[in-house]
Amino acid sequence: MFSLQSISSQIHEWLYGHLPPAFALLSEFFIVGMLMIGLFAFLGLVLVFMERKVSAYMQIRLGPNRVGPKGIFQTLADTLKLIFKEGLRPKNSDKFLFNFAPYLVMMVAMLLMAPIPFARNVQIWDVNIGVLYISAISSISVIGILMAGWSSNNKYSLLGAMRSGAQIVSYELSAGLAILSIVILTGSLRISDIVASQQTGWWIFKGHIPALISFVIFIIAVTAETNRAPFDLAEAESELTAGFHTEYSGMQFALFFLAEYVNIFIVTAIGATLFLGGWMPFHIGGWESFNHIMDYIPSSLWFFGKTFFLIFVIMWFRWTFPRLRIDQLLNLEWKYLLPIGLFNLLLMTIIAILGWHF
Amino acid sequence: MQSLSNRSKVVTKKEMSFMERIYLPAIFGGMAITIKHFFKKKATINYPEVKRDFSEVYRGKHVLKRDENGAERCTACGLCAVSCPAEAITMVAGERKAGEEKLYREEKYAVTYEINMLRCIFCGLCEEACPKEAIFLTDELVPTDFKRGEFIYGKNKLVEPLDNRVDISKRQTQAVLDFKKNKLLTHNRL
Repeated sequence: MFSLQSISSQIHEWLYGHLPPAFALLSEFFIVGMLMIGLFAFLGLVLVFMERKVSAYMQIRLGPNRVGPKGIFQTLADTLKLIFKEGLRPKNSDKFLFNFAPYLVMMVAMLLMAPIPFARNVQIWDVNIGVLYISAISSISVIGILMAGWSSNNKYSLLGAMRSGAQIVSYELSAGLAILSIVILTGSLRISDIVASQQTGWWIFKGHIPALISFVIFIIAVTAETNRAPFDLAEAESELTAGFHTEYSGMQFALFFLAEYVNIFIVTAIGATLFLGGWMPFHIGGWESFNHIMDYIPSSLWFFGKTFFLIFVIMWFRWTFPRLRIDQLLNLEWKYLLPIGLFNLLLMTIIAILGWHF
Repeated sequence: MQSLSNRSKVVTKKEMSFMERIYLPAIFGGMAITIKHFFKKKATINYPEVKRDFSEVYRGKHVLKRDENGAERCTACGLCAVSCPAEAITMVAGERKAGEEKLYREEKYAVTYEINMLRCIFCGLCEEACPKEAIFLTDELVPTDFKRGEFIYGKNKLVEPLDNRVDISKRQTQAVLDFKKNKLLTHNRL
């Protein structure tokens, strides 16, 4: 049976058998780094293509279908074009911040990849405060966006960045509360513990209605956090001419674009891990034979299947709803999602204490 | 004020009901619509490979027909020019010389025959007026160009080539021929 775990352990043993331990460790670092960069590029290409296809299909169009079979090389061609384009910088912009911002946004996205479990026992860094690490690092991306908006020396960019700052800071609360409700159920911040606790069923099913509510809140909050429609006020093509990245061109623009899509992957992967069991196959407590059949599907497939389903849902949102106004956006968070989230957390605590969950 | 048509409605801004205010039914309704679209048959066609069918009676670019021996049918009577509502057709008539019988069917023929495709409204009245079955509208499109002058089509563009005859059977059906013969119909009488 195909499994990432066996492949990685074989490579591990081969390296340690043929090289001194220090070199083996270094080469493992190198391999993991290369794999991450490769995954980044791959995700960027695939998700942009997926977005264009989903949007086209939801608008009863065909979407890109000329470059390569079924148009699958369209995004590759676009990326090549972006690489060869000139990177312009406005005259009075802050040179250092302007050039640094896209890399900061990318760095945040890369750091967030670390604690994500891609398959059974395939995880770069199983830190004991995994969930805390994720919510801490993901809030750094707002600095990158503010930096880009400020250094561009452009009113549109600044407006977009300010909106984005207000939005990300406020929706982080709801996302945090939703994540916290799962942490209460599992009693651990370690990602592998959270996945292991879903051995008998995913939390969205085991945690009754409060888990469902936190899942919905989480999805809404991460949609806002990744600046996607209907919460894409930071970019708002039609009013702010692309917001914080108005002045960026060429490869720097591509980095923002890539970071946006990788961030979507990361937040949906976290959502899938916390609520839908991550790489854990669909198990029902007590049905041993059924669980056994489900185990035959590789765990990496389960993980990517769930993640891509959630990505599809978020794309579905984008191509269905009109953009919110900034006051509506903040009303939704502070007047509705935050109180509901707090109350939900209380409810979840009661359930966890009394042991009502399965 | 009393409205004249008695159909005007007084606009009111109604207070939204609870179900409308929580927006959830509308949100799920919207998502249902887009997912329905997702599985619908797409309206797009892959243009250069797949082309939309024209109507059977589509009226496009004109053709000046030759007869079965390859001689031009047009006799430069000018009925098409007279019938043309857009005044797009002009022609200069000439007399057939000896030895040109293979080129021109009748003793009089059109030395120049021009249609201004920018004026033409593709109504098909020229085709209806023609007593010699010489001019027909085909299902070809008039291609685009950069200069206005290029849209004045002379005989070099209008007369059908000998080696590539244009099929006009869609326009010249038996019913059309019968209709043209029936001179009792008022609009066929001069």
